[in-house]
Amino acid sequence: MLEINHLRHSYGSHEVLGGIDLKVDEGQLLCIVGPSGCGKSTLLRSIAGLLKPTQGEILINGVPVAGTPDNLAVVFQDYSRSLFPWMSVADNVALPLRRKGMSGARRRTSALEALEQVGLEGAAAKYPWQLSGGMQQRVAIARALAYRPAFMLMDEPFGSVDAQTREDLEDLVLQVRGVHGMTIVLITHDIDESVYVGDRVVVLSKAPSRIVGDLSVGLPYPRDQIATRQLPEFVRLRADVGRLVRGVPG
Amino acid sequence: MTVRKVLRGAIGVAGFLLVAEAAGRLGLIDPTILPLTSTVLGRTIGLAADGDFLSEVGATLLACFAGLLIAIVLAVPAGVALGTLPKVERATRPLLEFLRPIPSLALIPLALFVFIPTHNAKIALIVYACTWPLLINTMYGVRDVDPLAKETLRSFGFGSLAVLWRVTMPSTAPFIATGIRLAASVTLIVAVSVELVAGGEGIGAFLTHMSTGAGNMDFVLAGTIWAGAIGLVANFLLTGAERRLFRWHQERVGGTS
Repeated sequence: MLEINHLRHSYGSHEVLGGIDLKVDEGQLLCIVGPSGCGKSTLLRSIAGLLKPTQGEILINGVPVAGTPDNLAVVFQDYSRSLFPWMSVADNVALPLRRKGMSGARRRTSALEALEQVGLEGAAAKYPWQLSGGMQQRVAIARALAYRPAFMLMDEPFGSVDAQTREDLEDLVLQVRGVHGMTIVLITHDIDESVYVGDRVVVLSKAPSRIVGDLSVGLPYPRDQIATRQLPEFVRLRADVGRLVRGVPG
Repeated sequence: MTVRKVLRGAIGVAGFLLVAEAAGRLGLIDPTILPLTSTVLGRTIGLAADGDFLSEVGATLLACFAGLLIAIVLAVPAGVALGTLPKVERATRPLLEFLRPIPSLALIPLALFVFIPTHNAKIALIVYACTWPLLINTMYGVRDVDPLAKETLRSFGFGSLAVLWRVTMPSTAPFIATGIRLAASVTLIVAVSVELVAGGEGIGAFLTHMSTGAGNMDFVLAGTIWAGAIGLVANFLLTGAERRLFRWHQERVGGTS
């Protein structure tokens, strides 16, 4: 599905990505963790085609990424800037569907469907700034879902919401992942979150970052915020990821 | 709260008018030089039914509208271009910085010489004066567009033109609206000034004409009051439209500050 070969990127003389090799299978939910400033966002922006990496190549389904890929949607951390304040919630969700040449009526139906999936069917006519932060991020997720991407990228999607909302949104991602057989890459600096949400966790080192750990998460589904986090397997994985992020030998 | 504000303002205006009236009646001000308030107010009301005066007002407003419209058509795209193309902006900046401080009224002789008849010169100067607030506001509005909003649309595979149309323009619209409001307030000043100097038709020409006849100061003042009232109404309407259309912008600005 996604293949990254020898990816390097520098801003001027500052090297952020120091050679990343990564393969993600279809349908996988991969979490990428790393210390702050390690180039996680640079990696994500390169995959999304928003940034041209200095070196290396990225293939999606065997096709090199040049410009922004068609079958991909991004959910950014800063929902308040990523949603358009001059449009209603439904129009925000429907907008990207213009790329698919859908009629206005079909765009609207799809948008309402996606809003229902994230539990916001009642907010369609509202404006983003009339909603709470967590609800706004749900709208952003609905916008990505409506687009029916083969591939969803999430850049610290729950970094700006409170703890309770964060848990709800984590569960939302787990719930929608199966919907269209999406492959999801979620970037986070939260170790617990990566283990709880992912079925695979890749750990990046400090810049110039490389992959220092690649763990498969064998936790059972459905996951539960309380029960899953109590499992010995969860505790062990969290410790492993934590050591890798801190650069402490395990 | 707002009722109280309006009431207080009304009391202020009424008080001023009463003092002026009293000063005239008590002989503190010579009524042959400055007519009584009551006389001026009477004339003001009378002018509203005066067909000749109304056609002068129409001529001024027509020039204002035409000039503003032409300026919008020219300056908004130019502002978008300058805001999105930093190289063009840098190349034109010295010229713009030189032109901008020139008072548009100082260009009246030039305009009257270049554009014939007077009516065209008036519109040309209005266009010139309106260009600045429109150009500058549009330019800053475009620069103010959130890069993440543009990136969001790009990430869904939209091209630069789509991003310009669907993100940059709506996001800049409130700034353009402010530019239009500021420009509109300038149009009346420029129009009346050109009419005062060059005659022709319009409120300014009416004022010049009236002031040449002795004892017509009441008409001059009444005409001035109408000019002020038109400016006030225009500003009120545009401010209201801005609030209504760009509530999302106000909410946002209010939310972050």
